[in-house]
Amino acid sequence: MRATGIVKRFGEREALRGVGFAAGAGELVAVIGPNGAGKTTLLSILAGIARSDEGTVEAPGDRVGWVPQQAALYRRLTVEENLLLFARLEGHEDPRASVEEMLELAGLRERRGEIVARLSGGNQQRINIAVGLLAKPSVLLLDEPSVGLDPRQRARLWEFVAALAGGGTTVIFSTHDIQEAERYGGRLLVLADGEALFDGSPDELRQAVRREAPEAADRDFETAFVAYLQHRGH
Amino acid sequence: MRWLLLKDLQILRRSPLQAALLVLYPVLIAILVGLAISRGPEKPRVAFLNEVPSGARINVGGQQLPSANVKGRICHRVECVFVSNREVAEQKVRSGAVLAALVLPADLVDKINSLSTLTPGTPKVEVLVNEENPVKAELVDDRVSTLLAQANLAIAKRIAAEGGHYLQLLIDGGDFQVLGQTVHILGMRTAARVLAALEPSVPPALRPSLEQVTRFATEARDNLDVAGPLLDRLAQPIEVDKVRVGGESPPLEVFAIAVAATLTLAFVVVLLVAGSLALEREENAFPRLTRGLVSESGLLVEKVVLGILAGLLVTLLMLAGLQLFVPLEWGRIGLWLAAILAGGGALGAAGAALGAAAREVRAVSLLAFMVTLPVAFLSLVPSGTVSGGLYDAIRILTAAFPFKPALQAMTAALDSAGPGIGAPLLHLAILFVAYAVLARLALRRFAAA
Repeated sequence: MRATGIVKRFGEREALRGVGFAAGAGELVAVIGPNGAGKTTLLSILAGIARSDEGTVEAPGDRVGWVPQQAALYRRLTVEENLLLFARLEGHEDPRASVEEMLELAGLRERRGEIVARLSGGNQQRINIAVGLLAKPSVLLLDEPSVGLDPRQRARLWEFVAALAGGGTTVIFSTHDIQEAERYGGRLLVLADGEALFDGSPDELRQAVRREAPEAADRDFETAFVAYLQHRGH
Repeated sequence: MRWLLLKDLQILRRSPLQAALLVLYPVLIAILVGLAISRGPEKPRVAFLNEVPSGARINVGGQQLPSANVKGRICHRVECVFVSNREVAEQKVRSGAVLAALVLPADLVDKINSLSTLTPGTPKVEVLVNEENPVKAELVDDRVSTLLAQANLAIAKRIAAEGGHYLQLLIDGGDFQVLGQTVHILGMRTAARVLAALEPSVPPALRPSLEQVTRFATEARDNLDVAGPLLDRLAQPIEVDKVRVGGESPPLEVFAIAVAATLTLAFVVVLLVAGSLALEREENAFPRLTRGLVSESGLLVEKVVLGILAGLLVTLLMLAGLQLFVPLEWGRIGLWLAAILAGGGALGAAGAALGAAAREVRAVSLLAFMVTLPVAFLSLVPSGTVSGGLYDAIRILTAAFPFKPALQAMTAALDSAGPGIGAPLLHLAILFVAYAVLARLALRRFAAA
């Protein structure tokens, strides 16, 4: 997936200002930045939910899966009914087989008959991701997927996502959790006030901090990141 | 689209309370409205205290009139609660057990009888009221005025009838009773005949005078013949002759059923379509669906179809239920279906426009009630009951929402003697297109937000 010169305006305000990046197969890209940086807007444009005012997005056809921040599921339907509905809408030849596959992948086979509203936030998020995967995407976009999850649920979620990336799926996710981005993101895209400040690995970001804010270079990753932003005027 | 329909039906099935409320609430409202329209107002309860001594009768010229049955006439119009004294009457009025109390004082008949004397009094009846609110006060005034007018009319008719009887006695002659004695009256007709018979035996010099008296008797008889019908008309000088110059109204039962069915259809369709569309957004599923799985127009069509199917089912069930009370012409079911489908389509499009305008199911439900309920009631306001300008405003408002044309279509479908269904169907088709465009624009605006 490649994005070039993306600009998005909401009235007078520019939410994205010429953002560009590229991600290859099997890459795990974390989009990080403070509130209002434009993370969700960027992912929405990559997913085709929103339109950019300028710039282009090159994506592999309609093979882009999108998992919104809040679970986009019908809470009064069961896990299985949700998966079956979206498999049918995706036009799968054998939607029931796809449902079985996703239940297996999400590890929720035993809870297939439960109403989604009664599931924990973590399990709802797993179904949310499973629905996003029904499109058999070569690129999966996740908007803050770990929000509201406890540490155990987060660990299971990232294990699940890492397995997808290991299978060749490009995964681009946004997060507020800098430690999580360092741990799971193979690449980091730092956004602030609609600008892309940095694009590289966590190690490369730490080196950049050492150059620009040496006093924070040996602190924990989050402190170093905040110092980097401050040094850049954000 | 069928998978989305199936999903919405599954969600409805999972929410039995909401589904039941969706059906029961409009049905309950519809039945109440139907009953209110078809049965008309109940007889108001009025306490009745008659202090007139038993046996007292109204006299005209020393003759007792037969009873005018005033009490019977009043109690035919209202539900009379007979009370024995004034304190009980006051207590019942104060407690609200009766709307008012009508007291016929002991001297009422004497006062009426004095009307034909040189010292006429003013007969009065007393009305006790509890004007706790202005609507009730207005209602009591109207009711009491009507009752007294009816009582006066009954007495006047009886007096006129007696007067006519005496006139006839003067014209034709005959016997009548005075103080137990039978008195014979010659009558104008016989008097003229007697005078004519006497004429040959009267001296010629007196004949012109006799002729004058004979002519007077003849003219008096002829004129009094005319006075009889005039006296009859005095009691009720004006009669009503109703001429219909337009607006064929259906039988009240048919109209009540049409109102009940259309109310049900409107609430089910508007609430369901608006609510289910808002649910897609509340569940965050809207962007996921419209990312290529289904078009925005397709989603709107699915919601409208869902509303039409639910409205069709509930309305037909309601008509089947009402069949138990009022016979319906099931041979016209084709027209019923046309009215329900066209009405459901236009109401569904309006519901979609409402659903696309708000973000949450609760807000949408409230909005749907706030729009549908007043429009439905305004659609029932007949012309002439409000000022011309206000009625024009109501007419424009109700023409812009599908309830009134749906009601007209339903009435036409139910009433075989009524006007055709074509015009309301065309009106509904125009509204369907207009609201579908509005809904589409509102959805696009939401998607872009």
